[in-house]
This record gives sequence, structure tokens and C-alpha cells, in this order.
Amino acid sequence: MSNTTQLLRFITAGSVDDGKSTLIGRLLHDSKSIFEDQFSAISKTSEKRGMAAVDLSLLTDGLQAEREQGITIDVAYRYFATPKRKFIIGDTPGHEQYTRNMVTAASTANLVVILIDARKGVLTQTRRHSFLASLVGVPHVVLAVNKMDMVDYSQARFDEIVAEYKVFAAQLGLHDVHCIPLSALNGDMVVDRGENLGWYEGPALLELLEKVEIDHDVNTSDFRFPVQWVCRPQTEEHHDFRGFMGRIEAGEVSVGDEITILPSGRTTTVKEIDTYDGKLQTAFAPQSVTLTLEDEIDISRGDMFVRSSAHPPKVEKEFEATLCWLSEAPLDKSRKYLVKHTTRTAKCLFSRLDYRVDVNTLERHTADKLHMNDIARVAIKTQQPLVFDSYGIDRATGSFIVIDEATNNTVAAGMIA
Amino acid sequence: MKLVEDNLRKHTFTHLDALESESIHIMREVAAECKNPALLFSGGKDSIVMLRLAEKAFRPAKFPFPLVHIDTEHNFPEVIACRDKLAADLGERLIVRSLEDSIKRGSIVIKDENKPRNPFQSVTLLETIAEFGFDACLGGARRDEEKARAKERIFSFRDEFGQWDPKNQRPELWDTYNTRVHPGENIRVFPISNWTEMDIWEYIGREKLHIPNIYFAHEREVIRRGGNVIPVSHLVQPKPGEKVEIATVRFRTVGDMTCTAPVESTARTVDEIIVETAATRITERGATRMDDQTSDASMELRKKEGYF
Repeated sequence: MSNTTQLLRFITAGSVDDGKSTLIGRLLHDSKSIFEDQFSAISKTSEKRGMAAVDLSLLTDGLQAEREQGITIDVAYRYFATPKRKFIIGDTPGHEQYTRNMVTAASTANLVVILIDARKGVLTQTRRHSFLASLVGVPHVVLAVNKMDMVDYSQARFDEIVAEYKVFAAQLGLHDVHCIPLSALNGDMVVDRGENLGWYEGPALLELLEKVEIDHDVNTSDFRFPVQWVCRPQTEEHHDFRGFMGRIEAGEVSVGDEITILPSGRTTTVKEIDTYDGKLQTAFAPQSVTLTLEDEIDISRGDMFVRSSAHPPKVEKEFEATLCWLSEAPLDKSRKYLVKHTTRTAKCLFSRLDYRVDVNTLERHTADKLHMNDIARVAIKTQQPLVFDSYGIDRATGSFIVIDEATNNTVAAGMIA
Repeated sequence: MKLVEDNLRKHTFTHLDALESESIHIMREVAAECKNPALLFSGGKDSIVMLRLAEKAFRPAKFPFPLVHIDTEHNFPEVIACRDKLAADLGERLIVRSLEDSIKRGSIVIKDENKPRNPFQSVTLLETIAEFGFDACLGGARRDEEKARAKERIFSFRDEFGQWDPKNQRPELWDTYNTRVHPGENIRVFPISNWTEMDIWEYIGREKLHIPNIYFAHEREVIRRGGNVIPVSHLVQPKPGEKVEIATVRFRTVGDMTCTAPVESTARTVDEIIVETAATRITERGATRMDDQTSDASMELRKKEGYF
């Protein structure tokens, strides 16, 4: 195995009718990632249910209730690998609580595969999936025009759908869109190219997944290092050691770099970059490292190191964000919540609720309450300043979750802009 | 969309580096946000990987949590020896609580000494959590192991009865983890959720980790029972009519001796195991865990009762 194999996280969006499960099943089956005992288990269940063919969707239905009711409740993660890359698929259910589940799975994805039935073309749900992908800032979109076998593998039909979709995608700011005609049922252009789509010259789905460039998905220029944990061994050997542990969320840092500690604004110089495997001269996102500094400065978890010369993040106690409400209990504007942003947790309240977006029509509606699956524009006040970038610039420092202190549930996900 | 040409790949940050960094980040979140965490350590390969990740997360300091083993007393002696040696070499505190203690207390009633004890591990685990007041337990479970696990969060909330409610899990976004619990509740944390069996073996090879020798091919007395190859031990003796044979086998998992089956193999090195793992057509648990074959939902039911 080559030393440069990478990890690609992607999600699939589409309903069962679009052939989503069949597509995932085909991808796993044709890349030889389904094990015999898994296959025999789902074959048995399919037979028990009186199905003519093996239902590949059963592979992802992990819970008893799901198997009993024939529904998918929650995001399931599946893993497969080719000699070129490792893949994590976030498989989201297609119906109820769709927004909540898709936002959750999309938050860590590099790429989304949006499925379309070639007979039906761009539908309301295609728009919804694309809107959510753009909202969560998934960097790459693949439009998989499935069931090409049902339209006689017509290039004209494919071109028509692609033209319509590209106009819509551009409106949403989705720029990196690749369209593939395929038939998950027959296996055309999924793993193998098949013999029916000779007019299509682009990569098959798996080839695209193996080759899409993801190195630049994280912000590579502006160094961001939220302090997670201060390491003070206080042993004989490491008596004076004071290391700041964390993961580089964006950019890179080198020994000797001048850095600013936020929110205090104090500056100092990086003395050493430590890891268990030895000292480094330079470290980059998303490495987890330990930094030691030239000066003794009061620093604790929740502070952020940035490189002094780069674009500074904002340090504010009030900001606007797009919020996805995830909880069954609606937003209560009179209450205080907790916001967890990078490694800092602060009390917060919602000072304004500007509007709610209808995920199907993209129309804006006034709102004074938020219910589960609502997407809204809000203003938030926090008790302590947060150090943040706009979500469009940096997913890690532009995102936050909202926690209800009474129940400790995660009730919302937010993107600062 | 920009595509990478194979010969132009220049970065050296591998998928193992990405997984390792994610796991270190998770462990540090636990250390920073949980009041009294513990790391569940059995001496098996996944928990040995967890120890290396903890070293990477916290050295040069000591681990900010003790190691805890819930001993069924049905473990392979080689695994227990490895557990004790690793904990001693690292200089970290190891707490061992045995199912025998719960049996003496009467909280576990065993009908047959030689039956698998995995279902009872939850009882002793919950008693140990209560004894020490742990609010977070780090465990080495992976999502690729089992279909109920594929649905579980990295930070998996348990109520005051230690129960998992799969239909009512906290949404988990980005890598911003909600670690909060009320007194009496706890969180199970799985830093290697996104690792696969293959990743584990590649990491063991890369890090040159010491693992119990029964993971490598060796000759062993076995009997064949109901389609499974079962190791003969003081707990499993041949029934009348069963023949003891010598087979060349290795273990893909090392659990309760009465229900962990070895696979026939000649792989004597990590590299040879990686080759076999790439070629195998049977899942890890499917090949080795007889207790998971009893029903589609065995693991889910155990987890709901408090199993890790």
C-alpha cells in the first residue's frame, strides 16, 4: 500500500426511490467490501420478507427497530478501502428528520453524492439536498444521475438535467460540481464503466472518489490552534515543561514563528513543536501536536493561537449565524443556553431571530420560535468572547454547537457568517 | 473538480495519520472536559492501540486517567500477562475488577461456570463505574465491528442505569463533542470509532506494538462444534464423541475463552496478518464471536444493558 493513501469522508443524499441504497450496495459490492457473512445475513432477512432480490439497504440498518419497521433511524457510518484511498460513508436516512441527519453527516464530509432519478430530473428534494450541502459547506458535490438504463442511456437527457442543475447549483454557490450518468442497478459507471455509456468521457464514480483533490479543503494559510489541554508533567525530568496541546485546525506553524494568543492579544514565539515521535520543525492541519513557547504567559484551554502576520480572526461577544435546530424541544428565546465553539464553552442567549428558511423553496419567513429541522438566521450574545472566523473561510473555527444546560442535549448546530 | 494524478501525490499525511490525530483530539477532549475519566483496557489489540494513542496524546505527562479492566476470568492467560506487562511498562495505574467479585456479592448469578460471561460484564462494569464515580469511560470499540456500533456516537451518552438509548442519541457535528453529564450518568467515548480492523493491523505494524502472541499463527488443540473451531481449555473440554485435533490457528479477537473462536491461519507476522486481512471474506466478529451469532441484535441488546 502506498504511503500517501488518504481518507475521504462522503455522504449520499437521495431517497430509496432514487436508488441510494442500491448505489451504496453496488459501490461496496463491486469494490469487494461486503463480507460473506454480512451478505448471507441480509440475504436471509430479504428472503424472510418475501423479497425477490437481496435488499442491500439492510446492510446499513443496524438497529432492531429499523429492521422490524423497515426504516432507517439514524446516520450509519460505513467503511471501505481501495488501494488508493480509505472511505468513510455517512449514510443518512431519506425521510423524517432529514435536515437534522443530513446536516449532522455533512458536517464532517469532504464530498456529497446527490442522487437524481434520470426519469424525474431535478426535484424539490434535489434542491433541498443541495441547499443543505451548501449550508454546511461540503466542498465537493457529485450529481449522480441514476437509472440511466430507464432513459435508454440518453446523452440528451443527461445533458438536459446537468444544464438545469448547474444553474441552480451556481445560485447556491456550489462551484465544484461533477455530474456522472450511471446505473446503480446494472453497475454502469459506479465501479466499472460498463458498456452502455460510451459517450461519457469523465471518471466513473469510484474513480472520482479516489482522485478528487481534498488537500485544500482546509484553510492552509491562516494558522489556528485552539488550546485543548495544558500539559504540566511536574516530574523531576520535565520539571519546567509547560506544553500546550491541541490540534492545528488550519494553516501551519514553524519553530520561531511569532504567534498571538487570543483573546488576550499577547504575543510570543514558538519554541518547540513536540510530538510523541519527536520534535518537528513545522506542523500543519490537521496534526495534533504540543507547542512550547518562549515566554511564560497565562494561557488556558479555550484560548487560541494564531500567527501574528496572518488574517486575524474576530474576537467578539456577539455575532450572527445560521442555525439548524436539532432538538424536539423548540428554541426558547427567553432562556440561556451554552455554546461550545472550538475548545471554549460559554453561556449564550439568542438576541435576535431574523428569519427561517424554507428548505424546499429557499423562501424566508419571519419566525419567533424554532422547531426541530428549522434553519434560521440568528444573532447570539455570549458571556465570554469567542475567537472565530467566518464558516466559509474555516469550518473548524466558524462552527459551534448549542447545548441545553437543563438536559445536556445538543439542541442546535451553528455556522458563523 | 480537481483530480489528483497518482504520480503527482506529494503529501505524506496518510489515512493512519489522519485517524491518529482524530483519536488524540478525542482523548484530550475527555481529559479536559470530564471530571473523572477511565480507560477500559483489556490487553486485546484494539485497547493496546488505545494505549499508544494515549501516550501520543499525553506524554511527557502521565495519563490523566487510570486503566480499568473488567475481568471475566475467562480470559486467555497470554492476554492477561500482556495486560499486566504493558501497564507496568508504562507506569500507569491499572484497576482490575472481576466478575467473581460481583458473583460473590450476588449481583451476578451464574448458572453454568463454563458458559460465556460477556453478558455479565456490564454488571461489573456498572458496579466499577459506581465504585470510582467515573463520568467517562474510554473504550476501544470500532464502528466497523458490528452494525449496532455503526450507529453509535463517538461520545455515547448513558443514563444513570448505564443504558444506551439508540433512538435518542445526541447529534454529533464536526468534531465539537458534547461531553456533559449529570451526576450519576456517564459517557462512553470511542476514540477509534472510525478505524477498521485493517487500520488497527497497519498501525500495530507501523508502531511496532507488542501484542499477545495468540494473535499470531500457532498450533493449538481445538474441537469443532456447530461449525465453529473452539479452543480446548480448562473451561472447554471435548464432549463425548468430539475429537480433539491440533490446528494451526490465530485469534482475530481475544475475548471470553468459551466463545472466542480462532481462525485457521499461517500468518506469523503482522505483515502476513495484513495480507490475510485484505483477502478475508468474513467479518471479524462473524468469524470469531459465537455470542454475536445468536441473534441479529445480540450486541445492541448487550449495549442497551450497559455493555461498552
